[in-house]
Amino acid sequence: MAQTLQRTPLHDRHVALGARMVPFAGWEMPVQYEGVIQEHRAVRTDAGAFDVSHMGEIEVEGPQAHAFLQSVLSNDLDRIAPGEAQYTLLTNERGGMVDDLIAYRLGEFRYLLVVNASNKDADFRWLKEREVRGSEVTDVSADHGLIAVQGPRAIARLGLEPATPFTFSEEKIDGLEVMVNRTGYTGEDGCELLCMTDDAVALWDAVLERGAVPIGLGARDTLRLEVCYPLHGNDIGPDTDAISAGLGWVCALGKEFTGVEVLRRVKEEGPKRKLVAFVMDEAAIPRHGMPIEGGGEVTSGSHSPMLDIGIGMGYVPTAQAAPDTKLTIDVRGKPRAGHVVKKPIYKREG
Amino acid sequence: MAAAESYPDDLKYHEEHDWARIEGDEAVLGITWFAADALGELVHYEAPAQGTTVTKDSSYGEVESVKAVSDLIAPLSGEVIEVNQKVVDAPETINEDPYGEGWLVRIRLADASEVDSLLDLAAYKLVLADQ
Repeated sequence: MAQTLQRTPLHDRHVALGARMVPFAGWEMPVQYEGVIQEHRAVRTDAGAFDVSHMGEIEVEGPQAHAFLQSVLSNDLDRIAPGEAQYTLLTNERGGMVDDLIAYRLGEFRYLLVVNASNKDADFRWLKEREVRGSEVTDVSADHGLIAVQGPRAIARLGLEPATPFTFSEEKIDGLEVMVNRTGYTGEDGCELLCMTDDAVALWDAVLERGAVPIGLGARDTLRLEVCYPLHGNDIGPDTDAISAGLGWVCALGKEFTGVEVLRRVKEEGPKRKLVAFVMDEAAIPRHGMPIEGGGEVTSGSHSPMLDIGIGMGYVPTAQAAPDTKLTIDVRGKPRAGHVVKKPIYKREG
Repeated sequence: MAAAESYPDDLKYHEEHDWARIEGDEAVLGITWFAADALGELVHYEAPAQGTTVTKDSSYGEVESVKAVSDLIAPLSGEVIEVNQKVVDAPETINEDPYGEGWLVRIRLADASEVDSLLDLAAYKLVLADQ
């Protein structure tokens, strides 16, 4: 059955730039403009602009908003003040992950959750079903455009002042009102610019005018993989727990939230398998779903544009999880050697 | 730098976007500009071993871009007598020069009459028009 793909406010801009458009999470998105490798390197060396308007925004407001979110999100919102943000997980009763997201504390009683496009509807339903009196959950995705500007020169090119990661402020860029979030998915310095839908085209033009080059989803994936940021649906999901995934650092096991008892038990007993990063020792590119000898499986794999070798992440039995452990990946029937490395796979110099 | 779109007149083509340059009882094989462009910048060439046999219309190896893997379909049958090591070491050579430096294997033809079943440039252009 043909499904109608949604388009971001920047769709016509992507087409005019010659982007190759592909379906992604129900959206028609640019996978590349000039080429994945070139775009990847532009972000590592200068500044790139990503249309991430497909991502969802959910607002939670009211006198009980804080208490409600504390009961459904894994990280501790008491640790952030208005103007600050936090990476966190929406967990299920099995200790699995409905989604991973960033919570922005807009005010004492008001939060904005920026969630994965593919999970937005499920997240909204999940929250709506559990919402308590005094906390109003609203899907505000259609009101917003979101443009990530990432790279060592991103902040300077936008004419912004340096700021602490995971903070945000209201700024004006070319007279447009923008929420500037010091967050991203590339491992580079930069920000994510949240604007009103009607301002998205003008903001995109302003960002490109300042010298950021457009970057597609192809490079977005290789950039995040080099720095080992998990992708929900690949590396983490409803059936994987945060402890095994190496996300224990965003789980406040001292507070009560959905599935916490499962996570406490996994932590206490020690995970049976772990999500590790690895690099290939011979010419081969690991891909999602490939078996790893000994009972593991590749969850993300690609070619690293910075290291020029195959890299990946995958779950392996805990005994195989230590750095330097040799792994054998089944690459379409051929055994190919790699080894576990400490995360991240790629580190920025200096 | 990726090459500009082109399809030389002196090659034979296969509908899976492979080409063959016939040289006596041997042939040089590669993929067309269209295939290389569709895949994007190539980062891996899984080549057949020298001395192995390739079979017309079957896979004899793989090429991979950052995002995708593609089988290499042999336009003709024969024995692999040479693999292009330059492309093994630098797969992007295929994007840069798909019909020259970016050739993939040289084979000794098993059955020269198979050549008659391949497409000439005009016929291949009809295949491209359908894409």
